[in-house]
This record gives sequence, structure tokens and C-alpha cells, in this order.
Amino acid sequence: MAENKPITKNVDWMVVLIYIACLGIGWVNIYAAVYNPEVNMSMFDLSNNAGKQLMWIGTAALLIICILVIDYKFYETFSFIIYAVIVFLLVVVLFAGSNINGSRSWIKFGAFSLQPAEFSKLAISLAISKYLSDPAISLTRKLKDYYPIMGIIALPAFLILLSNETGSMLVFASFAIVLYREGMPGFIPSIGIVTAALLIITLLFVKWYIAGVIIVIAGLAIWLMPVMTRRRGGLWATIIIAFVMIGIVFGVDFFMNNVLQKHQRGRIMVLLDPDSDPRGIGWNVIQSKIAIGSGGFTGKGFLQGTQTKFDFVPEQSTDFIFCTVGEEHGFIGSAVVVVLFVSLIARLVVLAERQRSRFARVYGYCVAGIIFFHFMVNIGMTIGLMPVIGIPLPFFSYGGSSLWSFSILLFVFLKIDAQRPFTLSRG
Amino acid sequence: MLESRRFVIIGFFALVGIIYLLRLFYLQVLDESYSIESSSNSIKRVIEIPFRGQIYDRTGKLIVYNTPVYDLLVTPYKARVDDTLRFCQVLGIERRDFDSLMNAASAYSRVKPSLFLRQLSKEDFASIQDIMVDYSGFEFAKSSLRTYTAPTLANTLGYVSEITKGQLEKQEEPYYRQSDYIGQSGIEKIYENELRGKRGTKFVMQNVSGVYKGPWKGGELDTMAVAGANLYSGIDLEVQQYADSLMVNKVGSVVAIEPKTGQIISMVSAPTYDPNILASRYFSKNYAALARNPYKPLFNRPVMASYRPGSTFKLIQALIGLQEGVITPESGFTHANCPVGCHNHPATGTVALGVMHSCNPYFYNVFRRIIYKNNIQNTFKASAVGLDAWHDAISKFGIGQRLGIDLPSEYKGNLPNKKYYDRFYGEYRWKFSNIYSLSIGEGELLITPLKMANVAAIIANRGYFYTPHVIHGIGDGKKVNPEFLVRHDTGVESHNFDPVIEGMIGAVEGGTARRSRVEGITIAGKTGTSQNKRGDDHSIFIAFAPVENPKIAIAVFVENAGAGGSAAAPIANLIIEKYLTRKITNKALEERMFKADLMSKVILPGQKKPISADSLKKKLISADSMKKKPVVKPITAPKKQ
Repeated sequence: MAENKPITKNVDWMVVLIYIACLGIGWVNIYAAVYNPEVNMSMFDLSNNAGKQLMWIGTAALLIICILVIDYKFYETFSFIIYAVIVFLLVVVLFAGSNINGSRSWIKFGAFSLQPAEFSKLAISLAISKYLSDPAISLTRKLKDYYPIMGIIALPAFLILLSNETGSMLVFASFAIVLYREGMPGFIPSIGIVTAALLIITLLFVKWYIAGVIIVIAGLAIWLMPVMTRRRGGLWATIIIAFVMIGIVFGVDFFMNNVLQKHQRGRIMVLLDPDSDPRGIGWNVIQSKIAIGSGGFTGKGFLQGTQTKFDFVPEQSTDFIFCTVGEEHGFIGSAVVVVLFVSLIARLVVLAERQRSRFARVYGYCVAGIIFFHFMVNIGMTIGLMPVIGIPLPFFSYGGSSLWSFSILLFVFLKIDAQRPFTLSRG
Repeated sequence: MLESRRFVIIGFFALVGIIYLLRLFYLQVLDESYSIESSSNSIKRVIEIPFRGQIYDRTGKLIVYNTPVYDLLVTPYKARVDDTLRFCQVLGIERRDFDSLMNAASAYSRVKPSLFLRQLSKEDFASIQDIMVDYSGFEFAKSSLRTYTAPTLANTLGYVSEITKGQLEKQEEPYYRQSDYIGQSGIEKIYENELRGKRGTKFVMQNVSGVYKGPWKGGELDTMAVAGANLYSGIDLEVQQYADSLMVNKVGSVVAIEPKTGQIISMVSAPTYDPNILASRYFSKNYAALARNPYKPLFNRPVMASYRPGSTFKLIQALIGLQEGVITPESGFTHANCPVGCHNHPATGTVALGVMHSCNPYFYNVFRRIIYKNNIQNTFKASAVGLDAWHDAISKFGIGQRLGIDLPSEYKGNLPNKKYYDRFYGEYRWKFSNIYSLSIGEGELLITPLKMANVAAIIANRGYFYTPHVIHGIGDGKKVNPEFLVRHDTGVESHNFDPVIEGMIGAVEGGTARRSRVEGITIAGKTGTSQNKRGDDHSIFIAFAPVENPKIAIAVFVENAGAGGSAAAPIANLIIEKYLTRKITNKALEERMFKADLMSKVILPGQKKPISADSLKKKLISADSMKKKPVVKPITAPKKQ
């Protein structure tokens, strides 16, 4: 027992409790999602997803113990090696992987399958953290310091793209958060957000109106600008920004029709107007909104959901698990889940900020960013605020790979955080 | 400092969280469109439409019942018809019908079932049911069709049809939905709330393929459908059909009332049509043909058509005169000094003789005495006061107002009073000499056949009546509308009826209606000849029988048929004999009335002379021809029982 003590000592219990709560709620809802009133089935039966998920939870617990036992320095020391191993697995899967749902990204072990792409998030996080732990690297001043980071992200992204798992690749956008925290100029994420916003506004309103509004805003900005700022180039900067924005507005058509593939275009159009294709891509969005909306304030009750039960909502136990929560537990249940996630992510940011080493802080931000991105895209998709991108809801969705990868991701950080007092005491 | 960026990051996380909470609150709590009833497609609300109530006649025979039929529905996105040719053959439709039906269904909704073919009979359903399994996306829904045991009473019963857009929007409590059926006229309309029953609602669960998965919440929200209430009428179906056959090729009405109760025994609106033709898939076509027909078969003449009552009105004049005391049963008048002409008849020394011979000068004098009873010196004022007194007395017979029968659009007719003439002549600018034609039922009087039958019932009852009504019992408890149990008194004392009834008996035995007297039954009757602007006079007859214990009071109106004794009296007396004895002694008379084509004497509005009466039948798809179509073709009318 004495040996166990240091393992759990100083682990942040708030995060652990939220983690357990998410797993518990998730498991119960997976059972509800696959529950069939005509067949008497058990939550513990390995033939259904709920039983399997319980097995994954058990193995995740073993993994967590291993992570806590291993010395914290291991992760920093072996960052690049872990990265290399996972990149190697991504290559292997391209040639030897099993084909599930059109993407060749699974490694099968009997009845269970693992998806190396899920673990690329861990690999990239560790590699970026390790790279940025060098105090000489500055993201504020030197452009060339970005190149290795681009490389670290691009290699697995390229391999994942080859295996047709676009959703997992998009998650890498979440690294923008950590880069911003470490000094990336604020205008870069701003440009990203403004471009995305313009894209959507353009699809909703008449282009000439938007152009007019942009010109009016630019004119007001110049008029209100202090004279000094205007003389120092503020005038021309504003004019150029306005022109670029108008350019984006008129470029959207070109982008939509020539750059995006047909199904990607469909997903964006459906986000704006699900009824444009009610039996096709819009189906998922409409059905999931109906399921969640029909839950009302308190929900229909455990196992009483009908939209999710009778196969109206696709991928009920994986990507659309939140529909079951919304339908059976109503607004109260949904709000609890949202609050759990926001608390978890906020807590992770707080933990990251208290780290002494840059490695630990960067890694903490990576974990928070990845979980946040999954949360935002997955729930956003079920309530019609995000395009349909097939990524799981962390700790909730059925699936061993995602549960394992998120558990490892999270507990590696908790382990590093738990050692913080010792690093401090050693000076 | 870069460290302060953590607040931007946490702020961004929190912002997304708040947006999601607001969105969830909107979707789950505020937005009603995702609630169970309106949008959930796993829980289907199944409406169960109960059978409409049946209608019985006075002997317990069924008049109206429901035949189960099957509507074929199509869900366009599921529909797969690989061999359209065979499909069309089976259903007996053309290729272009198929296309237009499919297009109409798709235009309504791709995912919801919509009507493809309406009202297939049970036999057709049975014959195509197995074949339809080959075509996905098609399903049958049970529904029912109004069916009439006899081709009669079309206007009295009315018809049922799909609710119109206007009715849908006008309904006070939202009960009906599009394509629901509703009673549109006659009894079906008046008793709609009783007949329709109570719709049931079931919530059932279905999976994404529409497969039934059991009741939702164990059926705790379901409500049972309650069948509509049966209605019990006083109609005598046998007499009704007999009256129908007598009125063939005639335009007019027959109304027979049981005097003691006010129940309608028979009500004929001629020309008529088989009500089954409006309860078929050919509703619109047949309705259009009926609406265009110049003889207006949809016009319910017994309660909507109005005529001058002619000499039948003299009965009321005599009764008022006796009651007011201006004449006695022994009063006599001659033809002297009278502006109205008369025919040649023996002297009319009593009220009974006046009635029997229908003497015009007699009732001119009676009316004159009624008007001038008030002894006011100024004849203008005397006429005005006298007319209003007379108006009030006549009103008690139900004339000039709605009787309140349980049929829609009852016309109140016209009974002029002082105000009415003031509008034409000015106040105190008219007197008796301007209005004397009222004395013999001409002039500005307008009266419906129903009211005249009611007058016969009043005389049979010697002074009172019950509101005439078709339906006297509702539901299994045979609940009676209390309004139909109220006795209405006319204010004329019973002994004053004696001389009038004596005269009526005389009219049938040896007076104006003597040619249609019935051996063995004492009938009291009065003929009327109603003058009108178009063509010959209308033939009118009112009567009741047997005098000793009146069981039937009747009014018969035959348009343009001449004197009351020539057409209306024989028809009325044959119906009376049929009702009282169930057989006919005077076969020759019956035969003559069956064959009489008096319709050809009717001059329609806008025409100079009569047109052929056959045009009525040509454009209709008759119930018989509907029956003869091949079985596979889903156009069969339900079998009659």
C-alpha cells in the first residue's frame, strides 16, 4: 500500500471525478441507445455495445494505472519516439488495415478493432510540447520556428488523409489554441474565425449586401480612427482588409464549387438549411435535432427515447450519442453534459497554467484544446450548429480507440501535473 | 503578456458552452416544432375515425348505414412500381391517371402517405390486396362510405363530403382536419355533432422503415373512438318510396306529418335523385350535374320552395273568423258586390258549405269582417289595425316564420303586416280594397309545403301543433330534442274547428276533391290552386285522415299541374290510403298518377316553354351503373342490402 500512495498522490481529483462522471453517463446512454425493447438484453453482455464499452472502460482503468506508475519524465524523454511509433502504425494501417465504413484505418484483434489515427493526437501533442520545451523557440518573432511544428502535424495528417479519415484530421486545427497561447500572433486565429464566419454569412445573405456592409464598417473605422493611426498606415490597412474580405465573399462560390468535394459542400449547405436535402445529408441533422428537441425540459426518461431507439438517428452509440442524452434526459441532462465538459476544459487550462515547465504547460493546453474541439464539433453537429463531421464525443461515444486515446491523453497530463510539487521541491 | 491570453482562451471555451446551452434550451424547451405530436416520426399519431351514426325509419328499418371501403395511399419516396402497365391494369386506371396521381402525391409530400385511390369496395380490396404486396410504398386505409338502403330522401338526409377549405378555416373548435368528412346538408348537417361520434387517437411507435413497434407508453395517452349516435326518424320508408313514385315526372313536394307528434312521415322533393350517387367516388361529377340541372334537384322544395297557398288558406280565414266572432257556423254570404269571381256552385249558407265549395266571395266577406272588426271610422286606420290583428292570429299557425324543423335553410315565407304594405303605399295610404286578395290565399302570401302540412296537422289536432321534425330519437336512449315536445297552441278553440272540418269532409266527398275520395276512409281535405306568373297554376291539396282519429296530415304541391283536385288531391289521398291501410283500392287512379308527366308543363326560368325532362338523368353516374363496372376496377358502389 505504501507503494501505491505516491501514484495517486497529488492527482487532481476534480478532473478524475469529471472523467468518471462522463464515463458513467456515457456508458448508461450507450446502453439506452442500443437498447431494444423486444430483446431482453443486459448492460453487461459483451455482444452489445454497452457491454463492450464496459470492457473498454475496464482496460482503460488498467492503462491509467500503468500511466500513473510510469515515471513522469518518461513522456517528455520519449516524446519523439512515441510519435515515431504512432506514425509507423499509421503507415502500417494503410497497407494492412481492415476496411470499415470505407476508411482503411483499423487494426483488428478478433472482435475488437483499434484505430491508430485516434492516437495521433497524443503523438502530436507530445511532440509539439517537446519541441516547444526548448526555451530558444519563440513563436512570436521567428517564422522559421513554425516549420517543425507544421511538419509534426502535417506528417500524420497526410497519412490520415490517405486512409480517408478526414474528421480525425480536422481535429488538428485544435492545436491553433496552444500555439496562440505560446505566442502565435492573435491575427492568425482571428483570420481563421473571420473567414469561416464570412463563408457562412455569404451563403446566407446576398453578396452585394455583405460587401456594402463591409464598406460601411471600413468607412466608419477610418472615420473614427485617431489621426496618428491613420497616418501611420491604418488607412491603407483598413482598405486592404476590407477588399480582402469582399474578395472572400465573392470567392466563396468558387471555393464551394471548385475546391470542396460534393459531399463536403453538401454538409455545409445542410448546416445552413437542413431541409435542402431532407432524405440525404440533411437526414442526420434533422433526425438528431428532432430527437434532442423532442426530449423537452426533463426528457422522456431512461430507455424511453423513441427517435434514437427506432433507428431514426444514425450512429446512435458513437458520433450521435448526445441525441440519446438529449432525448431521454431533456434539457437538464444535456446541460449537465455541457457543463461537465466546460468545467473539465477550464480546469485543464487552470492546471496547465500552474505548470512550471513549458513542456507540461504546452501539453496541458494540447489536451484541453483537443477535448474542446471534439466537444464543440460533436455536440454542435447534433444540434445543427456545425457541419456533420464524424468525430466522437470524448468519454461518451462508444469505441475503444477513442476511449483509450482520450484516457491516455488526459492521464499523462494528470501524471505530469501530480509530479509538479516534487519538481518544485527539487528546485 | 502571453499569460493573459489564458483569459481569452477560457473566455472562448465558455462562450461556446453558453451558445450551446442557449441552443439546447431553444431546441428542447422553446421550440414547439420538435414536440412529440408535430414532428416526432417514431411516434405516429393514428386517428381512428368512428362509424357515423345510422338512421332508422319509424318501423325500425335502416335508411342509412356505413359500408367499409378502403382508400389506397401512397408514400412517394417509398413507392416502387416496376411494371406500371400491370399496376394500372390491376387498378383499372390509365397510364396518365397514374402519372398525375403520383405527381399530386409527390407535390403534397414525399415522405407522408397521401391518397392515391379513394373508396375501393371490400370486394375490390380483396381482389387486389395480394397483388399490391408486390408494390412497396402503397398501403390501404380503412374508411367508410354512407350507404342508403333505398334511393330516396336525398334532400332530407343530405349528403356527406370532404370538408371545404372555408369550413376548415371557419370551425370554432379545431376538430376537423383536411380531407375529413362532414355533413353538408339535410339531416347529415343538422345532426353532424351527434352523427360523427368521437374520434379516437392512438399513439403508436414505428421504426425508421415504418414498421409498427407497439403502442407508445403502453397506450396510456390513447383515446378510444366512439361511434356516432344512431338517429331514429318518423319517416315511413314504404310510404316515402310510394310517394316518390307518385311524384315521378312532377315538380313539387309532399309533406306528411303525424299530427299528434309532429313527426314527419314522408317528405318528397321532386324531382329527386338517388342519394348513393353523392356518396361515391363520383361525388364531384354527380354533384356538378345535379347543380347544373335546370329543375334544381338539390333544392329541398318542402322547406325551401314557397308558393301562394291559394284556396287552402281559406281554412285559416274561416277559423280566425269563427274565433274572432265575426262569423258564426251559420253565416252565409252571396256572390253579390264582390270583386273576386267564383265558379258555379250551390248556395253557401254555412261555413261548411263555404269551405266545401271553396267559395271566393264567401271568404272575401269573412276577411273583410276580420279586418274591419275594430269599428274604427277611418277605413285606412281600420285596415291597418285590422291587418296587424289578423297577422298576429295567423302567425300562431306558424305562417310567416320558421317552424324550426331539423333541416337546414328553412324558408320562413311571407305573411304581410301593416309595415309591409306601408312600404309600398305609405302609412294609411292603403285599405282593405288593396289587400283583399289575401282573403283567398293569393296576393303577397308566400308559404312552404311544410307549413301547409302543418296547417293540416293543426286542424286535425283541433287547435295545436308540435314542431314538425324528422328525427325524434338520438342515440341508444332515444333522447328527444325537448323543443319537439312543446305544444304550440293557435288560440283557436276546438269547437270552432267543427264546421271547417265538416266542410273539408264535404270537399273530399262531394266538392272540389271528390274525384279522389277513398272508400272506407273519412278524409278531410281542401284543394288549392295557386296562381303564378309562369305557366299553369300550381295544384295544391292539404288533408288529414281519418277524421275520427287523425293519424296523418298531408300537403301536396305539384307545380303547374292546374287545379288542386286534378293532381295534388289524388296523390295525397293515395298516400293517405297507403299509410293507413298499406294497400290501394283505386288502381286506375294510382296508375294514372304514376304515369302523369306534369314535369313537361313546367316552364323553367328564362324559358318560353317547357323543355324535356329527361335531361336530368343523362349526366349522372347512377348507382346501378356503378355496380356494373368490372370487379377489378375500383369504382364499384357498395352493395345494397
